[in-house]
Amino acid sequence: MAARPTVRRLAGRGGHLGLIGLFTVFSAFPFYWMLITTFKRTSDLLKRGNNPFVYNQPPTLENLRVLFYDTLYVQWLANTFFVGLLVVLITLVLAVPAGYALARLTGRVGEHLGIAIFLTYLVPPTLLFIPMSRLIADLGLQDSLWSLVVVYPSFTVPFCTWLLMGFFKAIPRDLEEAAMIDGYSRLGAFVKVVIPISVAGILTVIIFTLTLVMQEFVYALTFITAARHFTVSVGVPTFLVHGDVYFWGSLMAGCFIASVPIAVLYNFFVDRFIAGFTAGAIK
Amino acid sequence: MDLATQEGEFLVLLGPSGCGKTTLLRMIAGLEEPTSGTILIGGQVVNDLPPRARKIAMVFQSYALYPHMTVLKNIAFPLKAQGLRREEIPKKIEWAAALFGIGHLLGRKPRQLSGGERQRVALARAVVREPAVFLLDEPLSNLDAKLRASARDELQQFQRRIGTTTIYVTHDQIEAMGLGDRIAVMQGGRVRQLGTPVEVYAEPADTFVASFLGSPPMNIVEAPDCLVGFRPEHFLPRDAYDGGASLIALGLRVTRVEYLGADRLVYGVLEGKFQGAKVLARLPSTVTTPVQAGRRYDFAVPEKEMKFFDPGTRLRTAARSV
Repeated sequence: MAARPTVRRLAGRGGHLGLIGLFTVFSAFPFYWMLITTFKRTSDLLKRGNNPFVYNQPPTLENLRVLFYDTLYVQWLANTFFVGLLVVLITLVLAVPAGYALARLTGRVGEHLGIAIFLTYLVPPTLLFIPMSRLIADLGLQDSLWSLVVVYPSFTVPFCTWLLMGFFKAIPRDLEEAAMIDGYSRLGAFVKVVIPISVAGILTVIIFTLTLVMQEFVYALTFITAARHFTVSVGVPTFLVHGDVYFWGSLMAGCFIASVPIAVLYNFFVDRFIAGFTAGAIK
Repeated sequence: MDLATQEGEFLVLLGPSGCGKTTLLRMIAGLEEPTSGTILIGGQVVNDLPPRARKIAMVFQSYALYPHMTVLKNIAFPLKAQGLRREEIPKKIEWAAALFGIGHLLGRKPRQLSGGERQRVALARAVVREPAVFLLDEPLSNLDAKLRASARDELQQFQRRIGTTTIYVTHDQIEAMGLGDRIAVMQGGRVRQLGTPVEVYAEPADTFVASFLGSPPMNIVEAPDCLVGFRPEHFLPRDAYDGGASLIALGLRVTRVEYLGADRLVYGVLEGKFQGAKVLARLPSTVTTPVQAGRRYDFAVPEKEMKFFDPGTRLRTAARSV
């Protein structure tokens, strides 16, 4: 009898660890795959008898050399971050007040409006790029990174407004009202109290917007023609896939380098900010 | 509704949930706009002033401490908002912290505080800028029962000490009776009665006030042309009274007896004059008359403790003979 609870606890803990292990492998495997492929010789990659999970031939830096010296990868990275940064700024400037207004000021109408705004996010770029390209042409922004800066907020703003609306709704009204009684206007209360508490939400919006910008393909492909204006998501597949020849090593290196900063942001910041940030405000 | 506080008074708004007491408080604070009427603070109409300009402080039911700031910064917040000179702020904080004995907590964040400590911080934040009026919205309802009694005591002491007019919202009649200089009993958006705790308890203005205050509430029985009310603690066995007062005798068929230590609650049905009316008697432990369920006893109420109400308006009417 005495042994049974121990066995059960061990089994429980084993199952727990097993599950965590499974998820860890699931999330980490793409990174492992990209990383080993980056340093693999092409002959190692293509030989059928080889074990694909390890190096069968000594690793090489050749793929990285191709990526950095034979393509404009560094320029594409810079372009992506340039566009990403501006789009994040535009998104924050528009979505933070909009999300707050929808969460607080318009009551029930706000909820419906919020859903309506979210729905516009669901219209796919593959449909929108046709009218958008006319607009871009009218604005004279063809083949310019500014075209992306102008167009990307059309899908980041609705989604982030909706996301922030949820965050702002979770903040007790009492806090703003206390700040208004304590001597601030509604705007002052928003800046002094709501924004600092919503850091987690705002950070989520920043990361999410960066992710969307980095993976966006259709607009970048249709509005940009010159290689030096490409973003990573267009440059890498355009220059590292020649017909049916894939430069796997360089492709994976390009993806790996672009995805690591985002992965780091996700892992180190979001959890920390979300956990217990509003705890202690009420009750 | 017409309600005026007196200088330095502790006024309690008491009523069941949904009676409008919190709405009234929020209107005074400027968080909600009245559809009509005027609100005056210190003789000045404040209807068009934003909350920040009304010289009020409010303690919310949830305390509404700013979670991203330390206790020190929470208390400094209204001072900074007022644009107080930087060198004066620490002095004020020290004073407010000493008032509530929270000097040792200044470096902590709200989430590291217990319920009672949070309440004190919320009060300190409200006091620190010396408002003209204090508004308190059920500040004790988040505390456990034991803490509540001591917090009530502290709250009253502190209000006496600083002498600021205070408006306190609660649905708890014990808080209201214990704290208030005067109590405004509210129902359905109206003030049913405004008076000292003794007045609202002993001389209720209508049947609502009579049955809302007191635990257990006043017995109200129907007479042919009026409603008659009497408190359970005035409804005792005939032999518990020692002459003197003129008594109204009532026969009681006891259905159930609850022994609660300090007193006994006797449930029963009246016989004779108010045949069939269900009533409740509360016998203090000093009354030792044995009472058993299922039997009939002679009970009595002193005549002066009988209250009479109009059956139509349910308002108090003049005493009459029964």
